[in-house]
Amino acid sequence: MNPIRIPRSLTRHLAHALPRLPRLPRLAAATLLAAALGASPSHAAGPIKVVACEPEWAALTKELAGNQASVYAATHALQDPHAIQARPSLISAVRNADLLVCTGAELEVGWLPVLLRQAGNAAVQPGRPGNFEAADHVTMLEVPTRLDRADGDVHAEGNPHIQTDPRNIAKVAQALGQRLAEVDPANAAAYRQRLADFQARWGQAMQRWAQAASPLKGTPIVVQHKGFPYLEAWLGLRQVAALEPKPGVEPSSPHLSAVLQQLQGQPAKLILRAAYQDGRASQWLAERAKLPVVVLPYTVGGSDRAQDLFGLFDETIDLLLKAR
Amino acid sequence: MSRIPQRGALRARKTTPTFAHATPRALALAALLSTALGSAPAWAQASSSASSSADSLQELRQQLDEMRRQYDARIQALEARLQEAQRQSTSATAPQASAQAPSAATRDVPLDPARPMARQGAAGFNPSVSAVLSGGYNGLSKDPETWAIPGFLPTGGEVGPGTRGLTLSESEITLAANVDHLFYGSLTLAVTPENETEVEEAYVQTTALPAGLRLKAGRFFAGLGYLNEQHAHAWDFVDAPLAHQAFLGGQLKQEGLQARWVLPFERYVELGMELGNGNAFPGNERNRNGAGALLLSAHTGGDVGLSHSWRAGVSWMRTRADGREWESEDPNGGVDPLTNSFTGRSRIWAVDGVWKWAPNGNAKLTNVQLQGEYFRRQERGDVTYDTTDITGTGNTTDAYRSAQSGWYLQGVWQFMPQWRTGLRFDQLESGSVNFGGNTALAEDARKPRRTSLMFDWSPSEFSRWRLQLSEDRVRADGVDHQVFLRYQVNLGAHGAHSF
Repeated sequence: MNPIRIPRSLTRHLAHALPRLPRLPRLAAATLLAAALGASPSHAAGPIKVVACEPEWAALTKELAGNQASVYAATHALQDPHAIQARPSLISAVRNADLLVCTGAELEVGWLPVLLRQAGNAAVQPGRPGNFEAADHVTMLEVPTRLDRADGDVHAEGNPHIQTDPRNIAKVAQALGQRLAEVDPANAAAYRQRLADFQARWGQAMQRWAQAASPLKGTPIVVQHKGFPYLEAWLGLRQVAALEPKPGVEPSSPHLSAVLQQLQGQPAKLILRAAYQDGRASQWLAERAKLPVVVLPYTVGGSDRAQDLFGLFDETIDLLLKAR
Repeated sequence: MSRIPQRGALRARKTTPTFAHATPRALALAALLSTALGSAPAWAQASSSASSSADSLQELRQQLDEMRRQYDARIQALEARLQEAQRQSTSATAPQASAQAPSAATRDVPLDPARPMARQGAAGFNPSVSAVLSGGYNGLSKDPETWAIPGFLPTGGEVGPGTRGLTLSESEITLAANVDHLFYGSLTLAVTPENETEVEEAYVQTTALPAGLRLKAGRFFAGLGYLNEQHAHAWDFVDAPLAHQAFLGGQLKQEGLQARWVLPFERYVELGMELGNGNAFPGNERNRNGAGALLLSAHTGGDVGLSHSWRAGVSWMRTRADGREWESEDPNGGVDPLTNSFTGRSRIWAVDGVWKWAPNGNAKLTNVQLQGEYFRRQERGDVTYDTTDITGTGNTTDAYRSAQSGWYLQGVWQFMPQWRTGLRFDQLESGSVNFGGNTALAEDARKPRRTSLMFDWSPSEFSRWRLQLSEDRVRADGVDHQVFLRYQVNLGAHGAHSF
């Protein structure tokens, strides 16, 4: 430990610059300013601090950084990533972070901007190397051609739930591996090696999943929230209805009845929902339409088996195959 | 221009004995504290010893970087080709996937991975714009014109239950954007139902200061307690707590400079300091160059398990009033009210706490929020009693001292998605008020209080419909039963709210 030294002259100048305040506030102010100016961040040793907005990016960072990073997941699988509070614990986590790994595409629009403004951490502001947005590196689906809140909580940049397609994970991994090397150049070689290793394992796993999931192709499904377009595109699932009348709007009984009606002419095989979503609407429909509900882990930690990215997709494929 | 006399004053103060006396202690404490705080994070280990060999390493690193750049470019080109090939093959072999055509309102956008395009149009530089519209209905059993808080000097400002009948609340327009790589700017205009536009907040805030520090300049809501800093549309009840109405004139905002520092700890600890011009109640405009108000605050908070989170803190403000006027009734029954004034010092302590619960931290289905604040204000100075109109012999000025307090406690429960209910209890204590020789101004000690029950429905994040019932035992002349209906909608950019 090498305590940060503050030049005496700096403190004195600061104390002199605040002469109009009474003594106690003047002390406090001089201390605050001196410490803040003196304690500029320098972290050559030790793991870099990464704050991941969602569990899938926390898991990916752990794969790519190993012991080189200490990873803090801002949310977990049972939370709706749209609706997170800018809690004090998150402010301090962002304040101390070297790298922020988030989805972007406005998924975190209700809370991340507040954290960024309140944390006072220049290194992780948008546009800096310390701010990584996964959505920058994949092909966005469902990009609205018109923006109207009457269409529900649509995201201007496209559907942000990109983590349900493992091909996206591979693309994000490529970019994140490079970013880690940029943020922590001392360990760049290690990051590159881990990235290559991960991509090799991931490529094999993707082949395995694609093979196992081939019977799923064309399966008609009902989703709770429009949160699965990437999974659908990957596996060739066919979404015939959504329980939310509009994205982000709670399922209502008239809409559910309409969906039930629709399913008579256009049958589906399963109802998909994410682990964090309320189960009542899908249960209601499942009983009447005699369909199984598949509760997908959706992200790492969403089920006992989905403890890492590999487990997440193993579990997802198994659940879908079992219910089909 | 106004800085010149101030700097003169600054130099003159340097030689005063009090300041010279304080300096060594200030230095010692400042250095001690900052060293202790600055060295706290384990990962902040300095690497200065390596700086000598850094020069020779620098060259190697540059070469390495150059190689890496070439390598990256080649990889990216290959990736682009691979992706293009993948795209062609998926569209050829998976017709079923595209059979479910994306809805008419969306399209899928391929991105060039070699050069991620900015997913925004040319208008992307425009600041984010949002407007809050609000209005409704007030049903009040007592005439709001005669509403006053007995035992407290009137505050002016936006206090009281409002007007009767159908009403329009303030409409807010907010423009906000990053100014450049260093600053963020935000402007909130409030258009009052009286067709006046006022600047509610207009500030510039730093985004690039190191070490958890940020500065804000302009006009902004003072960081005194919890609720004062939030815009009224983020409040859970229609009106401000009585303590805010009695001590801050509803909501305290002033022009000034704010410094906030999030300490480098795992636990959230934030210190704040504000210098304001002190023009707003309980201060007033004093035609001075210096800062009129000083505010210090400290907050901490954290999580308990997955489901609980909290924040608590204290704040202290000192400001001065110079001839802060208020009107009182003429005891002789004259038509014109008397105009009295207060000159002196006003200090406020505020203690605030908020605790939120949501099962597994998922607030979407159900959640509970408890919050409370306690205010204590002490004023000391002189009161000038407008006796000219009564006796014709000139005003009388005598010493004035008061120590008064107030608090509120509220709980809001979202019992199912979209639906919430809440209960708030407010109370003030007029405490000790000493008018010196101006005994005619003295009032009996009082405990104005109010109970409010709230229901609201939010069909989306962008609209909220609220019913509030209040039993207002503030007035001296009995209970006021109040019914408020409010709509509140948000147009435009998605707002992000503080904890």
